[in-house]
Amino acid sequence: MTEQVFEGIKVADFAWVGVGPQTSRELAEHGATVVRVESHKRPDVLRTAAPFKDLTPGIDRSAFGTAYNTNKYGMSVDLTTAKGKEAAKRLIRWADIVTESFTPGSMAALGLGYEDARNIKPDIIYYSTCQMGQQGPLSKFGGYGEFGAAYAGFSHLLGSPDGKPLLLVNAHPDFIAPWYLVITLIGALLHRKRTGKGMYLDQAQVEAGVSFLGPSMLDYFVNGRVACRMENRDPYFAPHGIYPCLGQDRWVAITVTDERQWQALCRVMGGADWLEEPRFATAVSRKQNEAQLDGLMGEWTRDFTCHQLMAMLQDVGVPCGAVQTSEDLFNDPQLKARNHFRFLKHGVIGEHAYNAPAYHLSRTPNRIRKAGPCLGEDNEYVYKEILGYSDDEIADMLAEGVITTDADVPEVLRGN
Amino acid sequence: MAQEMNTFLGGCRVLDLTDEKGRFCGKLLGDLGADVVQIEPPGGDPGRNRGPFYKDIPDPDKSLPWFFTGLNKRGITLNLETADGRQIFRRLAAKADFVIESFAPGYLDGLGLGYDGLEKIKPCLIMTSITPFGQKGPFAHYTATDLVGVSLAGMARLFGEMDGPPTRISAPQFYYFGSIHGAVGSMVAHYHREMTGGGQHVDVSCQQAVVLALRIAAETWDLLKVNPRGMGPGTSLSRPAPRTPVYVPIVRQCKDGHVVAMVFGGAQAGFVKSSRALVAMANREGFALGLKDFAWEKMDSSTVTQEQVDSLNGQIEPFLRSKTKAELLEMALQEEILLVPVNTVKDIAESPQLQARQYWKEVEHPELGESLVYPGWPVRWTELPAYRPQRRAPLIGEHNTEIYGKELGISAQDLVLLKAQGII
Repeated sequence: MTEQVFEGIKVADFAWVGVGPQTSRELAEHGATVVRVESHKRPDVLRTAAPFKDLTPGIDRSAFGTAYNTNKYGMSVDLTTAKGKEAAKRLIRWADIVTESFTPGSMAALGLGYEDARNIKPDIIYYSTCQMGQQGPLSKFGGYGEFGAAYAGFSHLLGSPDGKPLLLVNAHPDFIAPWYLVITLIGALLHRKRTGKGMYLDQAQVEAGVSFLGPSMLDYFVNGRVACRMENRDPYFAPHGIYPCLGQDRWVAITVTDERQWQALCRVMGGADWLEEPRFATAVSRKQNEAQLDGLMGEWTRDFTCHQLMAMLQDVGVPCGAVQTSEDLFNDPQLKARNHFRFLKHGVIGEHAYNAPAYHLSRTPNRIRKAGPCLGEDNEYVYKEILGYSDDEIADMLAEGVITTDADVPEVLRGN
Repeated sequence: MAQEMNTFLGGCRVLDLTDEKGRFCGKLLGDLGADVVQIEPPGGDPGRNRGPFYKDIPDPDKSLPWFFTGLNKRGITLNLETADGRQIFRRLAAKADFVIESFAPGYLDGLGLGYDGLEKIKPCLIMTSITPFGQKGPFAHYTATDLVGVSLAGMARLFGEMDGPPTRISAPQFYYFGSIHGAVGSMVAHYHREMTGGGQHVDVSCQQAVVLALRIAAETWDLLKVNPRGMGPGTSLSRPAPRTPVYVPIVRQCKDGHVVAMVFGGAQAGFVKSSRALVAMANREGFALGLKDFAWEKMDSSTVTQEQVDSLNGQIEPFLRSKTKAELLEMALQEEILLVPVNTVKDIAESPQLQARQYWKEVEHPELGESLVYPGWPVRWTELPAYRPQRRAPLIGEHNTEIYGKELGISAQDLVLLKAQGII
């Protein structure tokens, strides 16, 4: 096997929840050694969130808790103890990169902030990521990604113009921010290679989200226009919508962006009388009458399945896509051809699905080899091989609760 | 060299052949200091016709999506479907570090300008291809707009009213996701090249990029055989049978708009403290008195009934409706309540947080006679000068003379000939 891109790079991964761990995962899948530092006393929120194996809560039973931790080693430690802090410092001495995603100031309060880390390892690269960034009047805001999505403007832009703004259940910026951080982090690694110097990176996840609304922001700054939600319509194109299909709660997306596509759509729709009417004769009139057009389109689409319509319309070059459910994604022939879902065996959950990256590298592909660890799963390897503790020292730390165990999980989080 | 050390990618040359599908990728590399040259067909890229426009003037040099994704790039025009155009491109590629493209799979190979062709000219080249579905596979030649893309990738299904259609975010996301993953792949490949000298091809699927942004929807099917769907302004909690899911409203009306607020208890970090604090604030003004001593910590998401959830939320609602977004945010910050306003772009532009962090960056547009405000880079760094946009998006063919004349040494006479023949 060829060497992987980040082989030899070592990461002390204190970050929890979504953004920080996704960032370090990218390095882990390209060969970096990443040690995920956690505590049973205050487990990662994602370990306490659905989906759980068999719907039964438990800190090692959530696919949310494993999703962003492939290839990582799991270490458990209570960082509030003196010996726990010492173990963390040993880990930082070993590491090239330190990660954290707590409320600003938390790591410094533990004596593990960037300045502390730099004293231990002068060329350390250290990233902090949180909703609002390390400074500013809102820096201590500790909400989840759904909150960040509202603050960054996405909720206001989701839903129908005469209804409420909707919730971004995917915590949208949580899946934008990691990629900015990976890009910048690789820049920092290259800067260290050139100059021998480390770097501190401070990410505001909300800012990452706002960047995906760039043109709408410019439209406000330049034209004073406040963008509003418009369900599935487009400012310039019609038809442009999601239409009902055969089946229970099934839908298809159809968009027409030029005359050629409209003609092709009309041919597939088979010459219904209304297609000839003046109100749909030109791009401008179709846009003016889009509500009626959408209604008639929906009458036509409901006799077909969404995948049938997609094949029929893509065949003639009309942009059309089935509205896929999660189940559909697992059966999607394109995602299969791209080997998107990877199944790994987890100690408690068993074999389950992980996402692969969206990019394929021709010479140095990522490798997904190890399911996200159970909490503290790799303690023996980490404490002995990486941190150099003796068996006696480890036994003491276990007895003293420095190395946390299942017995330390708070009652309310234990599940049944 | 001094200048090169001032940015992450100083000294790197990027040739950007993308249309709107991949243009954000080159923008990101340009933000980090690379010299990005956008290559458009003669007359300009069709994406320049996409609104909204500066002052609503539909002009190819005034498109705001073009301004945004063309930031930090220079621009030349070149017709790759001519022999001269291909020869010029090969000369440029010989000196480039990255080529980014978003043509239909196989198109560049047909011109001899695919990765296999360019690798022979420049072995350490990184070529990044950004397409809706990737270079190979049964959908590789499907066309996709934003709505089609987010539908096929499973994102539209996660949003929408309970009784309405699946819904997209009313601002394009599909190609931004593909483009930022293209930038990640390019940077991983770049790191590898800096270590070993080798180049490679980066093949990006925008569909996969969006699947990665579904939070836990795919895993929910995998483990529970449940398909998550849009739940309007709230969310639903699945519980072990025989209990049915509970619907929890999260986006709520306030006096001048909406806020996102979690009024819940139980084990999840922060909920109990937040709900108690919110009720205390409401009580102070005579609202929600029935919740004064409510035992939030005893609330259990696996046993709570819909009636209980509705009752809690119904009692808190009049208080929220009596306050503005700004008043509620201030209270949330002081009392550590899980609540934020549903911001409009205007609210975002006026956010004291983004202003305090100097997120916004002014970029001069000399021909418009003013500077425009752009979003900045969402990560601050030490050691290197702070992020600052270097140049606005290029006008059509703005740097033809600079690059073809000065850099490649094409004579003024030949440039006129190339122009006349529709090559540049």
